[in-house]
Amino acid sequence: MSMIEIKNLHKSFGSLEVLKGIDQNVDESEVLCIVGPSGSGKSTMLRCINHLEEPTAGEIYIDGELVTEENINAIRTKMGMVFQQFNLFPHMTVLENITCAPINVKGVPKAEAEKKAMALLERVGLSEKASSYPKSLSGGQQQRVAIARALAMDPEIMLFDEPTSALDPEMVGEVLDVMKDLAKSGLAMVVVTHEMGFAKEVGDKVIFMDEGVIVEQGTPKEVLENPQEERTKSFLSKVLV
Amino acid sequence: MAKYIQGFLIACKGIPTTVGVSLIAVAIGAILGLAFALLRLSRNKVISWIARIFIDVVRGTPLVVQAFIFAYGIPKLLQSHGTNFKWPYLIIPAIIVCGLNSAAYMAEIVRGGIQAVDKGQTEAARSLGMTHKQAMRLIIIPQAIKIILPAIGNEFVTLIKETSVLSFVGVIEVMRRGTLWNAATFNTFEAYIGVALAYMILTIPLSKGVGYFEKKMAAEAKEEKTIKDSNGQIVGHVATSSGEVGA
Repeated sequence: MSMIEIKNLHKSFGSLEVLKGIDQNVDESEVLCIVGPSGSGKSTMLRCINHLEEPTAGEIYIDGELVTEENINAIRTKMGMVFQQFNLFPHMTVLENITCAPINVKGVPKAEAEKKAMALLERVGLSEKASSYPKSLSGGQQQRVAIARALAMDPEIMLFDEPTSALDPEMVGEVLDVMKDLAKSGLAMVVVTHEMGFAKEVGDKVIFMDEGVIVEQGTPKEVLENPQEERTKSFLSKVLV
Repeated sequence: MAKYIQGFLIACKGIPTTVGVSLIAVAIGAILGLAFALLRLSRNKVISWIARIFIDVVRGTPLVVQAFIFAYGIPKLLQSHGTNFKWPYLIIPAIIVCGLNSAAYMAEIVRGGIQAVDKGQTEAARSLGMTHKQAMRLIIIPQAIKIILPAIGNEFVTLIKETSVLSFVGVIEVMRRGTLWNAATFNTFEAYIGVALAYMILTIPLSKGVGYFEKKMAAEAKEEKTIKDSNGQIVGHVATSSGEVGA
């Protein structure tokens, strides 16, 4: 069964039509990578999945349930999101960043939430940073904390919006390693990325978007190594130097 | 010289009242101001308008007029309806009026603070399943308060000076002490110089304190911005390269 079903998704900002009818499914434990040039609508599509942007038309089903304004908070607890700019809460320690939502949204007892947070920090290799504040962390460390924060809600789906684009090059690897580990653990993942290497290695499916539509899709091998569409070829020739 | 010192000392006797009224008013103002700011930002148009009307009315009328309405107007109105209402102490309407006045100004300060918090913070909070209210309470307001602390300090300094108009409705604070001494002795110049000095020993250290705090915060913010900028360069770089691709 599909974890995410996107049906005829449209999104306009004023008169600018950013998404022009997207249909896409993501299955359980599938890793979908979205690639494409800036302004192609890939981030908007990702943000529509958890209604950070409200679709202008079309439907999103999560786990078979239609997403509406009424059930969105409940549905968001099943979906973790990781942002390009990390968006950690600067007034909280790393540990508090991770435990805040489980405690306040799910009502998990504090001790339990902290135990789990420590385990997650261990998993992303940052146990020693539990009591630090985000601003004392490097970009790569902040993004790993952000991933741990999202995982603390026990999501079934993880959404990544260009998670490595704001990082210094030498920190990209540590974040990608954590994401690879997640993919192996069987989470469904949707990743907007410029990291073609990651898409090739970890993606089950790759879609190439341009000007608000899906131009081409298939396995990473098909789309990235043997593209059929002219636009895909031209894009890839410029990124895969 | 002795007269100046006497005038100053007499004015200083009003300091506990001036500071007390200002402190309580600023506390009321902060709490009500937060409430009005949230109402003002409400997506419900009616609620937003009610808050807006309150803010506009209060900010659009002089404090001294508001003080007369509360101290004398309201008791008179209630008496004409057959009640026996009288303020037991004039300082009560004085505190109410200063609190409400400060709330209106604070509401705009708080609104500015809330809007100054990065939009990504709300998005991160909402993406974790928090309701709008939870995101406000746990994530946005704590950060907004830090941003507006200097403005609240300045509001307190302003309020200390503004409370001088309460002397007109009979509250015996710094200004009123000076006026009474002048009436009894005709040492007009000395009396009001004394009053001015009494306000200055309150406001100048306070403003300096606020200024120091502001500088410290600006330095911190700059530090964070440098980190962000170094990230920003990378973002810019990626954007440019993919921009070329799109072309």
